[in-house]
Amino acid sequence: MKLHLKVWRQKSGNRQGHLVDYELDNVSPDESFLEMMDLLNEKLIEKGEEPVAFDHDCREGICGSCGMVINGIAHGPKAAVTTCQLHMRNFKDGDTVVVEPWRASPFPIIKDLVVDRSAFDRIIQAGGYISVSTGSAPDANTLPVGKEQSDLAMDAAQCIACGACVAACPNGSAMLFTAAKAAHLGLLPQGQPERNRRAVLMINQQDAEGFGGCTNIGECEAVCPKSISMDFIARLNRDVLVGTIAGAGRVEA
Amino acid sequence: MYVMTLHRSSIGKKIIMAVTGLIWVGFVLLHMYGNLKVFLGPEYFNAYAEGLRTLGAPIFGHTHLLYVARLVLTVALVLHVWSAYSLTQQAHHARPSNYIVRQKVQANRASLSMRWGGVVILIFLIYHLMHLTWGLPVAPGVFVQADAYHNLVNGFHFIPATILYLLGVIALSFHLYHGVFSAFQTLGLNNQNTETSIKGAALALSLVISIGFAVVPLSVVAGIVR
Repeated sequence: MKLHLKVWRQKSGNRQGHLVDYELDNVSPDESFLEMMDLLNEKLIEKGEEPVAFDHDCREGICGSCGMVINGIAHGPKAAVTTCQLHMRNFKDGDTVVVEPWRASPFPIIKDLVVDRSAFDRIIQAGGYISVSTGSAPDANTLPVGKEQSDLAMDAAQCIACGACVAACPNGSAMLFTAAKAAHLGLLPQGQPERNRRAVLMINQQDAEGFGGCTNIGECEAVCPKSISMDFIARLNRDVLVGTIAGAGRVEA
Repeated sequence: MYVMTLHRSSIGKKIIMAVTGLIWVGFVLLHMYGNLKVFLGPEYFNAYAEGLRTLGAPIFGHTHLLYVARLVLTVALVLHVWSAYSLTQQAHHARPSNYIVRQKVQANRASLSMRWGGVVILIFLIYHLMHLTWGLPVAPGVFVQADAYHNLVNGFHFIPATILYLLGVIALSFHLYHGVFSAFQTLGLNNQNTETSIKGAALALSLVISIGFAVVPLSVVAGIVR
């Protein structure tokens, strides 16, 4: 099939970017979106032009590297998939496809479609440690964890930190990410001692990085490739409320 | 007293917004209920208006409790608007340049109109106070301090005021639908099992409040209340 592409090109973070039109022929419906981008880049290289820079790694939807806003939706029109798992059969012959990078000031553009998401790493670092004894593995069943509880923790732990929630949020908020990261520890017994403190520290870092606040619109949940629920945001709100009132993280006599 | 540090984080600001918003939801419900007494005639309605001033008598003096309520509502309003403004600024800094192509996936009209809807409500509120509480000359006719019924009927015969009131009520119903749900989510009292019932209750509340408010000016215009 034939596609009219409009791709965001930006030489570097401090240069102006703009959409550039490309016509791409012979796109197979079985290709992934990234393979289509590869095809475009091969054509650009043949013509002696600079290829489009974009992030990618595993190409099987688990690493969280790739991510593009495709026709105004983070990770494109198909729900619950990353850009690499989005196949060209979701588009029609002759479609115009607009490709833009994640847009948020805490995610500065490095080049073209590549953004710097290290703000996410700093939010996780701010959360700190969990109190687990090192040494030999504990006996099985010394610390019982309910099945529902562990399932829920795994749902939260599915977050691959791709940043689609930030890209989709009209406020540029990272709440779904932060909530998932706080919840997968806060739901398990091992994460209890620092639970509220972790929530407060992570939200403080999120604010400091320049992300916006949550208005409970739900766009994050809708584009999340791992279908992480906004329930975790409610949970984070609760932990931050309790943690703030209790002065969590403060050491005082 | 770490509760005083809530205003520092974005979630804290949202908690302030949720709590102050819920205070106003309570007020708006009572206000709507009180307004409906207009259908019982001038004596009954004016007695209700006077009753608000003598609330808590003989323990509390004339208008004392009324001023306590006004103080609480004013503080709540200031905190609500301040946190909304502060979070709006934060959101604009987080997304200074928007997408060239933008599609919403599941956001609804109510959730996307919270900010400018809030501004419409604020403008309406100021006009409403000038019009029917302070009796400032913002509409034709004579304002009689002790005759709330007369002021109401006279006030809604001025059609531009009636239109502004109806716009205010529509903005309020949208604001409440998302706002009430949002307050529960922000206070951490929502999950997938409760979401449908909370949204249903928020919809019912916003419909009851908007119909309950709109029916009064419409009845005046239709000549049912005269």
